[in-house]
Amino acid sequence: MSYRITGNTGEWEIVVGLEVHAQVISNAKLFSGASASYGGEPNTHVSLIDAGFPGMLPVLNRECVAQAVRTGLGLNAQINLFSRFDRKNYFYADLPTGYQISQFAHPIVGEGKVLVDLADGTTREIGVTRLHLEQDAGKSVHDQDPTRSFIDLNRAGVALMEIVSEPDIRSPEEAGAYLRKLRQILRYIGTCDGNMEEGSMRADVNVSVRKPGEEGYRTRCEIKNVNSIRYVMQSIEVEAQRQIEIWEAGGEVDQETRLFDHVRSETRSLRSKEDAHDYRYFPDPDLLPLVIEQSWVDELKAALPELPEAKRERLEQDYGVSRYEASVLTAEQAVADFYETVAKGADARLATNWMLGDFFAALNRTGRSIEDSPVSAEGLRELLALISDSTINGKIAKEVLEDMVETGESASAIVERKGLRQVTDTGAIENSIREILAANADKVAEYKSGKDKLFGFFVGQTMKAMKGKGNPALVNETLKKLLSE
Amino acid sequence: MSLDAKTVTRIARLARIGLEPGEVDALGKEMGSIIDWVEQLNEVDVTDVPPMIGTGLAKPRLREDRVTDGNRRDDVLSNAPDREGPFYTVPKVVE
Amino acid sequence: MSGMHDFTLASARDALKARKISAVELTNAHLDAIERLDGRLNSFITRTPDQARAAAKAADEVLAKGEGGALTGIPLGIKDLFCTNGVRTTAASKILGNFVPPYESTVTSNLLRDGAVFLGKLNLDEFAMGSANLTSAFGPVENPWKRNGSDAKLVPGGSSGGSAAAVAAGLVLGATGTDTGGSIRQPAAFTGIAGIKPTYGRCSRFGTIAFASSLDQAGPMARNLQDCAILLESMAGFDERDSTSVDTPVPNYEAALTRGVKGLRVGIPKEYHAPGMPAEIEALWQQGINWLKAAGAEIVDISLPHTKYGLPTYYIAALAEASSNLARYDGVRFGERVNGSSLDALYEATRAAGFGEEVKRRILIGTHVLSSGYYDAYYLRAQKVRTLIQRDFLNAYENVDVILTPTAPSGAFAQDEKPTDPVQMYLNDVFTVPASMAGVPALSVPAGLDARGVPLGLQLIGKFFDEETLIAAGHVIEQAASFTHRPAIHAGVSA
Repeated sequence: MSYRITGNTGEWEIVVGLEVHAQVISNAKLFSGASASYGGEPNTHVSLIDAGFPGMLPVLNRECVAQAVRTGLGLNAQINLFSRFDRKNYFYADLPTGYQISQFAHPIVGEGKVLVDLADGTTREIGVTRLHLEQDAGKSVHDQDPTRSFIDLNRAGVALMEIVSEPDIRSPEEAGAYLRKLRQILRYIGTCDGNMEEGSMRADVNVSVRKPGEEGYRTRCEIKNVNSIRYVMQSIEVEAQRQIEIWEAGGEVDQETRLFDHVRSETRSLRSKEDAHDYRYFPDPDLLPLVIEQSWVDELKAALPELPEAKRERLEQDYGVSRYEASVLTAEQAVADFYETVAKGADARLATNWMLGDFFAALNRTGRSIEDSPVSAEGLRELLALISDSTINGKIAKEVLEDMVETGESASAIVERKGLRQVTDTGAIENSIREILAANADKVAEYKSGKDKLFGFFVGQTMKAMKGKGNPALVNETLKKLLSE
Repeated sequence: MSLDAKTVTRIARLARIGLEPGEVDALGKEMGSIIDWVEQLNEVDVTDVPPMIGTGLAKPRLREDRVTDGNRRDDVLSNAPDREGPFYTVPKVVE
Repeated sequence: MSGMHDFTLASARDALKARKISAVELTNAHLDAIERLDGRLNSFITRTPDQARAAAKAADEVLAKGEGGALTGIPLGIKDLFCTNGVRTTAASKILGNFVPPYESTVTSNLLRDGAVFLGKLNLDEFAMGSANLTSAFGPVENPWKRNGSDAKLVPGGSSGGSAAAVAAGLVLGATGTDTGGSIRQPAAFTGIAGIKPTYGRCSRFGTIAFASSLDQAGPMARNLQDCAILLESMAGFDERDSTSVDTPVPNYEAALTRGVKGLRVGIPKEYHAPGMPAEIEALWQQGINWLKAAGAEIVDISLPHTKYGLPTYYIAALAEASSNLARYDGVRFGERVNGSSLDALYEATRAAGFGEEVKRRILIGTHVLSSGYYDAYYLRAQKVRTLIQRDFLNAYENVDVILTPTAPSGAFAQDEKPTDPVQMYLNDVFTVPASMAGVPALSVPAGLDARGVPLGLQLIGKFFDEETLIAAGHVIEQAASFTHRPAIHAGVSA
C-alpha cells in the first residue's frame, strides 16, 4: 500500500532522495598522513596539509580509493576507471583551505541500486545516482566561550563517501529501510562503521511532495545533516506536512536548506547558508585525474566478503531457516558469522532457535553486543551439542547458559560442577516414578478413570523429584507404561 | 565594458574581500577592461578540443594508508593569530 | 676583499674545494655587500646573517675533511615564496607578514642537503603576481642597472625581482626563483643574468607558496648557465609529496654545458615578431640566430599559431587557480588577522587589509571567471585554448629541437614608467607565457645591451625534460655574446 498524507485538498505523495555521507574506514586521511581515527585531543590528528598551510599539497590515499570502489561494487554500481577531484570553493571556519576537495564532475562510482525489504514483505529497488570521495571538514565548538567559536581540525580531511540516491523513496519507512540497508552493506564490506552517533554516517534529506499521479517533481527542500535513522524518518514526515500546508494555502515552496529540530519536531530554514552560494568548482590543479585499472577493480571484487543478500539466501538454503530468520541472522556480519560457527555441524534448527531465543535474550539482558558476547560461538555450540547428545535436557540447558554468561565457564564444566547430567538410566527413572505413583494413589485412580490431564502432573512431580535431570522423553515413556499397568 | 557595481560587490563577497564603497567603480572599470581583453579567446575554434588538465607528464600515484603525520599541535597552532588552548578561534558562529 | 665578488658560483665552488678560500670569508664578503648595497636595492625581505655564518662555519669543517656536496659553502638567496623552517616567509605580502613556517620546502631542503648557505629571503611581487617587483608589501626592488647617464630607478622585472637584483649586484652567487608566466626569465633578462624555468614537474612544489598550481615551477637564477646548471641539479628531483612531481632521473646538467649545437634544429616562431617591438630587440634576436647558425645549428622557420592567445589564456587559468589558492589566507590559522564582529566580517577585513591592490584585483577576476554562468565561457574555454597552445609546441618539436625568441618585448623600464593599464603591464610576459602554458622548459640568457646600456635577454624553449639541450644552446649564445658587463650597482664596485 502506498504511503499517502491526507491534506485538506486530498491525498499527497512524498518524494525523497537521500545524500548519505559515510566516513571511510582508513588509517590515514584522504590526502594526508594524519590519523583518521575518531577522537583524539583537539588538533592532534592534524597535519600541516589538513590545516592548509602555505605550500602544502595533497597526495591521494590508495586505501580510500579502494574503499570507494568496494562500496560501489557492493551497491552493484558502475565503477568509473576515470574520475577526478575538483575544488568546491567556499569560506567557513572549519574549512582550512577555503575549498573542499570533492569529485563533482567525475565521480568514481556511477549508477547502482539498493534493494530494501519493507514490513509488508515487499521489496523496493532504490536507485543510487553516484558515489564520490570528498574531504570532511573540521569541527566548530560553540559552547566554550561567550564571543568565540573554537576550531578543531581533527576531522578535517578525513575521507567521506557521499552516496546520492535517486528520488525513488516514497515514504519515511522506505527512507529508514534504505538507510539501514546501506549501513548494513557498508558494514559488511568494512568501508564505514555506520556509527551515526559519532557522525560517521549522516544524511542530507531532499523532500518534495506532489499529488498522486502528478508528472515531474515540485520544488524540494534539503534537510541538512540528519544524524539518526529515526530523525530522518521524522524529518521527512514533518517537512512533507509543512510543504503540503504551503501548497494547500496557495503558496510556493522555496528551494532552500533546512535544519531538523528533533526537540520541537520541526524543520527550519538555514537562510544564512543560502547566502549567495556559488561554489566555483574547477579541477584541483594539485592532483592528477584518478585513473584506475579494471584489473585492480576485479581484484577488489574477488576479495569482497559475501554481501547480505547472498548470505541470507545461502542461510535459507544451507540451514533451512525461514526468510525472516535469515534476515535477522544476517543483519550484522558478526551475527551471521557467529550463527554459522554455532550451526555448522550442529543441529541447525536447534542453533537457530537458541540464537534467536535465549542467546539474544542473554545479550540484551547484559547489554553486550555480538562482538563482546560473554559466550563465544564455540561455547554456545558446545552447549547445544550437550543437548543433542542428551547429556542435558533443554530446560537444564537454559540454566547452564545463564551460568555461562555469569561465570564464563564452559557448558560441560558447569554441567559437571553442578552434576546436571540428565538421567537416562531407565531403572532410576522407573524407581522415581514408582515412588511418585505410590505417594499419589488417589491421583492415579482419577487418571485411570479418565482424567488425562493429570499426566502432566505426574511428569512434573517426577522431574521435580529428579531435580530436573530426567530425560523428558524417557520420563514420558516410562510414565505411560507404568500408568497403564 | 565596465563590470557593474552589483557584480563587483557580489564577486568581492564571494572572495571575502571587503571593499570600500569608493573602490567599487574603479575596480569595475579595471576588471571590465581585463575581461574585455580576455574575450578575444572567443575567436578561437575549440570544437572537439579537450580542456588541458595538468601537463600530463606526471604518473598517477597513490599514497599508502599509513599514519605518517599529525601529533604536531604546536606546529599546527604556532602561527595562530588568536589561539585558545588547543584550538584556533573565530568570532562566534551562530548556526 | 673585492676579489670575492669576481667569483661565479662554479669558480667559488672550485676555490672552496681547493681550500683557496674559506666558506666563512666568502659568506662574510657577501653579507658585507648586502649590508652596503641592499638598503638601496631592497632585494632582501629578511636577512639571516647569523644562520649564514653558522652554516658557513659548518661548511668549512666539512670541506676541511675533503667532504661536502655540490654547493657546500655557496652563499645563496632564497625567493621569499619558498617556506624555510623557522625563518619568516612572507610571499611579500602583509597577510603573511609574520608567518614563520615550521617546515622547509623541498627545493630549499635539497639545496641545504647539498651544503648551500642561505643569506636570507629575497623580495618579489606579492604572491609572485607582477612583472616589475612593484607590488611587494616590503617595497619595490631597484634594478642595479642604470641607463646611460641617468639615475632613474629601473625595475628588476618580476616576480623574482629580488632574486634577479641580488644575483646581478653580486650579493649572492645564485638564487632560487619561481616562474608562473615568466617570473624567472623576464627578471633575468632585465638584470643581465641567466635563469631557467624547468619542465613543469621537474622541481617539487611542496612547501613553495602557490600562485597558480598548474603553472608554478621553481628554477635557478645565477650569473651564467653553468651556475644555473649546478643549482638546478640540486633543486630538481622527484618528490612523493607533490602529486604533479615527475619521477624521472636528474641528469648532470653541468656536463651538458659544452655539448654544442652542431646539427641542432633551432625553430624561429614567426608569431614572436610582435608589432611595435623595438628594433634593437629584433636585431638582438637576429644576432642570436646568427650565433647559433655559426656554431653549426640549423635554423628552421616555424609557426606557433596560438601565441597571441597565450596571455589571455594565462590570465584566466592562473587567476582562477590563484583565487582558490589564496582562499586559505583568512586570518584564522596563520598570518595577519583584522578582527570583525562576525566570521565573514573578519574574513573581509583581514583580506582587505592583508592583500595589496594587484593581488585583490587578480583574486576578484579569478573568482569571476569561475563563477556560475561564466565557467564555460572563460575557464573551460581557456583550458581548451591551453591544449591548443601545448599542441603548437608539440607540433613544432616534430621539426625542431629548441625554439629561440626574445625573452621580453623591452628592456627594464623605470619604476615611474609603470603602465597604469593592467593589461599593458601584463604584456611584459607575452613571450614567456606560452612555454609556461605548455609546461615545457625555457631559459633566458643575457645577450647584449640596448642603446641605453640596459641588458636584454634571449629565450630558448625546449622539449619536455630536455633542459640539457637548452643549457647547451644557451651556453653557445653566452659565449658568443661574451656578456661581461656589470651593473652600476655591484658588490665589486666600491660605492
